[in-house]
Amino acid sequence: MKFRKQRIPLNALVGILIVGAVALAAVLSQFWTPHDPLRINFGSRLRLPGGSYLLGTDEFGRDELSRLMAGASTSVWISLLTVSFSIVAGSIVGVLTGFLRGWTDRIVMAFNNALLAFPGLLLALGLLAVVGANQYGIILALGLAYTPAVTRIVRGTVLSLREKEFIESSRVLGNSELYTMFRHVLPNCTAPLTVLATSMFGWVILAESALSFLGLGVPPPAPTWGNMLSSARPFMAQASHLSILPGLCIALTLLGINLLGDAVRDWLDPRMKGVQ
Amino acid sequence: MFRFAAARIAMAIPTLLIVAVSVFVLIRLIPGDPAQLLLGDLATPASLADLRARLGLDRSVPAQFGIWFARVLQGDLGTSINSGQDVLSLVAERFLISGRIVLAAVVLAALVAVPAGMIAAWKQNRAPDLLLVGSATLLVSIPTFWLGLLLLLLFGLKLGWLPVVGYVSLAEDWRAGLLYLVLPVLTLFLHEIGVLMRMARASTLEVLRLDYITHARAKGLSERAVLMRHAFKNAFGPTWTLIGLVLGNLLGGIAVVETVFTIPGLGRLLVDAIFARDYPVIQGCLLFVAAVYVAVNLVIDLCYPIFDPRVAVE
Amino acid sequence: MTTTPLVSVEGLTLAVGAGGREIVRQVSFDIAPGEMVGIVGESGSGKTQAARAIMGLTPPPLVRTAGRILFEGEDLAQARPQRLRELRGLRVGMVFQEPMTSLNPSMTIGRQLGEALALHRRELPPDARRALILDMLARVGIRDPQAALGAWPHEFSGGMRQRMMLASVMLLQPALLIADEPTTALDAVVQRDVLELMVGLTREHRTAVLMISHDLPMVARFTQRVVVMRHGEVKEVGNTDDLLARPQHPYTRELLEAMPRRLPARPVAQEAPVVEVRNLVVDYPGHRRLFAKAQAKRALHGIDLVVRPREVVAVVGGSGSGKTTLGRAIAGLLRPSSGEILFRGRPIARSDPQWFDYRLQCQMVFQDPYASLDPRMTIGQLVGEGLRLLRNMSAADKARRVQEVLDEVGLGSDFAPRHAHELSGGQRQRVAIARAVVRRPGFVIADEPVSALDVTVRAQVLALFAELQKRHGFSCLFISHDLGVVEQVADRVIVMQDGRVVEQGSRDAVFDHPQQDYTRKLLSAIPALESTDSGGVRLRWRFGAAVAA
Repeated sequence: MKFRKQRIPLNALVGILIVGAVALAAVLSQFWTPHDPLRINFGSRLRLPGGSYLLGTDEFGRDELSRLMAGASTSVWISLLTVSFSIVAGSIVGVLTGFLRGWTDRIVMAFNNALLAFPGLLLALGLLAVVGANQYGIILALGLAYTPAVTRIVRGTVLSLREKEFIESSRVLGNSELYTMFRHVLPNCTAPLTVLATSMFGWVILAESALSFLGLGVPPPAPTWGNMLSSARPFMAQASHLSILPGLCIALTLLGINLLGDAVRDWLDPRMKGVQ
Repeated sequence: MFRFAAARIAMAIPTLLIVAVSVFVLIRLIPGDPAQLLLGDLATPASLADLRARLGLDRSVPAQFGIWFARVLQGDLGTSINSGQDVLSLVAERFLISGRIVLAAVVLAALVAVPAGMIAAWKQNRAPDLLLVGSATLLVSIPTFWLGLLLLLLFGLKLGWLPVVGYVSLAEDWRAGLLYLVLPVLTLFLHEIGVLMRMARASTLEVLRLDYITHARAKGLSERAVLMRHAFKNAFGPTWTLIGLVLGNLLGGIAVVETVFTIPGLGRLLVDAIFARDYPVIQGCLLFVAAVYVAVNLVIDLCYPIFDPRVAVE
Repeated sequence: MTTTPLVSVEGLTLAVGAGGREIVRQVSFDIAPGEMVGIVGESGSGKTQAARAIMGLTPPPLVRTAGRILFEGEDLAQARPQRLRELRGLRVGMVFQEPMTSLNPSMTIGRQLGEALALHRRELPPDARRALILDMLARVGIRDPQAALGAWPHEFSGGMRQRMMLASVMLLQPALLIADEPTTALDAVVQRDVLELMVGLTREHRTAVLMISHDLPMVARFTQRVVVMRHGEVKEVGNTDDLLARPQHPYTRELLEAMPRRLPARPVAQEAPVVEVRNLVVDYPGHRRLFAKAQAKRALHGIDLVVRPREVVAVVGGSGSGKTTLGRAIAGLLRPSSGEILFRGRPIARSDPQWFDYRLQCQMVFQDPYASLDPRMTIGQLVGEGLRLLRNMSAADKARRVQEVLDEVGLGSDFAPRHAHELSGGQRQRVAIARAVVRRPGFVIADEPVSALDVTVRAQVLALFAELQKRHGFSCLFISHDLGVVEQVADRVIVMQDGRVVEQGSRDAVFDHPQQDYTRKLLSAIPALESTDSGGVRLRWRFGAAVAA
C-alpha cells in the first residue's frame, strides 16, 4: 500500500503514541524493571508514590511501577495470541462459508449464531469453567469466544464481494473458484479485517483484565492490571493509588487502541468503498 | 408483516436448540463422572446411583441430551450444590436484581446518548461535535470496574454520600435499596452513553447525506424539523439494534460491577459457582442468560420495522 | 419581449471554503416566467451545485464567494435563512434524481406529500389538504390515490415514486421547478412518460422549469433555452434549436459530435455463426421462505439467437427484459435451465473439454468501471491475468502482449503499475476492454459498457471499441438499454421484453421499419440526427409528436 503524503490525523498520532508506549513498556519489562515485580518486602508495605518506589508499593511491599510494566507484558502477550487465534480461525471459516454457501454455510452459520447468543463474557466464563483459569486457558476461552464475531464479519464482507463484478470477471477469465477466492476475495478482506483486529485488541485487553479482576485470570503472583485492581480493594482507604493506577493503565491503553482504530477505519474507508 | 414476525420467531428456535446443545456439551466436557460433578460433596453412593439412573448415563449421549433437555423445558435445572436451592428459582431471583440495574442504566443512557449523538452529527466537526465525540471515546475506554471503583472512592469513601458495601433489596426498604443501586447504575450508565452515542452519531451522519433530507429542506422545513421528523426515525434503527446487543453484553459482563459494589446479582452467582464448581448453577446461568439474550434480540428485531418499514418486506 | 426574468443568476461563484477551489465560476443565466430552461453538462460541470444554490441548498464546505441570485427581484444570496425557508417549497420546488432515496422510507406517502402543504398553506383545513393531495395523485397517474396515502415508498416502482415526487412539489404550484436529473435513473419508456407529465403539469400551473441533465437530446426535446456548462463555467447559452443548429463554442460542438449517430451499414459475412443460441431458458430459483416457497421466476423464455463472424449484435430492452441475464448465460456465469449454446457449431457444456476452449475465446466487458476491476491489483496485473491460463506462451511473450494491448486501448505502458482507483471512469473502461481482448478472443460480450460514462468519454470508448473490432475481427454481443448507442454500433438488433425476443433484424430494418409497438415506443425516445451546415445538428423525433416548444 502506497503511503500517501498527507498529515497524519491527531487521533492516529495520539493513538500510536499511547499504544507504542505500552508495547515498549511490555517489551522492556522482559529485560529490566526498576525493582523485581515479585519481590516481597514487608518493610515497605503500602508506600505512597515517591522516592525509590516511583509509584508506591502494594500490600506486600512490591514495587507498583514494576508490576504495572509486567502487567503490560501479560496483557500484550495474551491479546496478541488471542486476536491472532480469532482472526485466523474466523477468517478461514468466514471465507469458506461465505464463498461456497449452500448447506455448509447454513449449518455453520446456525452454530455461529448460537455461539453469538452467549453475550459478552458469558461464553468465555463458561469455557473457563471447563478449561481452567490459567494463561493458556484464557487465550483459548477468549479466542473461541470472539471467533464467531470475526466469522460473521468476514462472511458478511465475502458475501458483498461475491456480487461485485470483479469477482465475476475472474470467473469469465476462466479462473477456478479456489483461485478466485484466494487471489481476489481474500486480499480484499484485509481492510475490514484490519479495522476489526484493531478493535479486537481493545476488547481482549478489557476482557482479560475483567477476568483477572474476578480472579479467573492469570493466577497470582503474576501481576496483571486486573488482579492488581482486585487486590487493591481492601486498601482503598489508605492506599487509593493502588486502586487508581492499574485502572488508569487499562483505560489509557484502551483509549490509545480506540483512537488508533478510529483513525485506521477512516483511512481505509474510502478504499473499502472502492474509491471516489 | 406477519410473515416477517413468524419467520423471525422461527429462526430463534434452532438457535435456542443449539445453545442448549452447546451448554450440554460444555458441561460434559469437564473430565469426571457427570453425576459426581453435579452432586459434589453431597454425593452418597445411593444418591449417585439415583442420579445416574435419572440422567440416563447408561444410555447413548443423544438420549442423555434428550432426557436433560426435556427436564430443562419443564423448568428443572437441577439443584445448587452450594446452597441446595432450586437452580431455576435461584437464577431468576438473581436475574431480577441484575436486570433491574442493567435496564435502568441502558434506558437512561439511551435517553441521553441518542439526542447527544444526533446533535453531534448535526454540528459535525464543530465544537459541540468534537466535545461530544471526545467524551464518548473517553467513556468507552474506561473499564466499568475501574470506573466503579473510582466512583466508590469518590462518593463512598471521600464524600461519604453513598454506602460502600452491602446491599439492601428494594422490596425490603426502597429508600435504602435505591441508594445502593445509584452507583452501579451510574457506572454502567456512563459507560454505555459512550457506546450508544458513537453509533447514534454515525448513523445520523449516514442519514443526513441522503437525498430525502435535502428534499425535506427543499420543502422549507427548518433544520430542527428535518432532524426530528425525517432523520431521527431512519437513523435510530442501528442504535436500536445496538441497544439489544448492549443489554446482552451487560448481562454477560455485569459480574465485575457486581463484584465492585458487592451486589448479589446473576454475574456474581456465575463467578461464585465457577469457583465452587457448582455445575448445576453454571449450567443454569448459561442457559438462562443465553435464552434471555435471544428473546431480547427477537423483540428488538420485531420492532425494527417501526424504524425501517422496508425490512418487513425482505 | 422583455419581461423581467423570474430568476436571474449573475456571476455566481461557489468555492470549497473561502479561498478554495472554485466548483462554479461566474455563472450567469436567466429564466423567464413559465419558461423551460435546461442546464447541460458532464460530471464535474457544476450544474447541480449551480441549481441548488438558487434554493440556498449549497452543502458545506461549499460557500458562495461571489454573485447574485435574483428571484422575482429579490437577491436570495443575501436573504436570511428564514426567508429562504419561506420560499422553499412554496415558490421554488425541487425534484431529485434517485427516486429510491429521495422519499423518506419510514414515512407514509400521505404524510410526506402533505408536509409542505401543512407548512406553507396553514390556512387550509386538513380535509382540504387531503382533497388536494388525492386530486394531485390522480392527476399524476396513481391508480388508487386513497390507498397510496397510507402506503410506504418502497411499495412503488421508481417511475411511480418520481410521479409522486412531482405531485409533492406541484401541490404548492411553485413559480419555479428545479428538476435535477429527474429521469436518469428510470427506464427509457418510463422516462418519457414522466417527463411529459412534468411538462404538462408545469404548463398548467405556469411553472418555470430548470432542468439539469447530462442527456442533451432529452433536454433539447423539452426546453426552450439551454445553458451548456463545463468545469464550473458557462460555455454557451441560447435558444435550444439555435444552439443545436449553430453551435458557437467548441465544447458545444464536441458535445454534439459525441452524440451517437448512424454510420453506414456494414456487410455481414454469411458464414457459419460463431455463437448460436437455441431455445435458451433461464429460471431464477424461488426465494426460499419459511412458510411459502415462492415460485421460480422465468427470466428467459426460450431465446434463439445467432452471431456471425465479425458481426456486432445488439440486444436492447428495458430493465427486467432479460438482456443482462442472456449475456451472463452465454458467458457461462449462469446455468440455463434448458436450451443449447453452440460455439463454432459445437454445443458447450460445463463438463465438456470444449468448455475451456470456449472460456478462452469468449470474454466479457462489464458495465461498472468502478466495480469490475479488483482494487488491489495493478493495471498490469489486471490485464495480464487474462493470459494466466495460456500454457503455450512464455512469460516474456505475455509481458509483451500486455504492453501491446495497453497501447492499443490508448493507455501507455506507464499505466501498468498504477491502481484502478487512480484512473478515471473512461480509463478504467479501457482497462476492462484491454483485459477482454488480451487473449484475442473470437467473441466478446459487452454488457452496457458505456452506460456509466460521460457523453464525450462514451464517444471515445465506442470509437476505440469499433477500431479494435475492426482490427481483430471478433464478434460482439452488445447489450444496452440506450438505443442511440445501439444505432451507432450495431449490425443487427434484437429487441427484448419480459424475457422474450420481441423483434429482431438488421439495424436499418429495425430502426427505419419497426414492426412491433414496443420497438416503436423505444425508438420514440431517441432522436434521429441530421447534421446542419454550420456544424450543428437538428433533431427529428420519431413516432410521436415532439413536445412543441
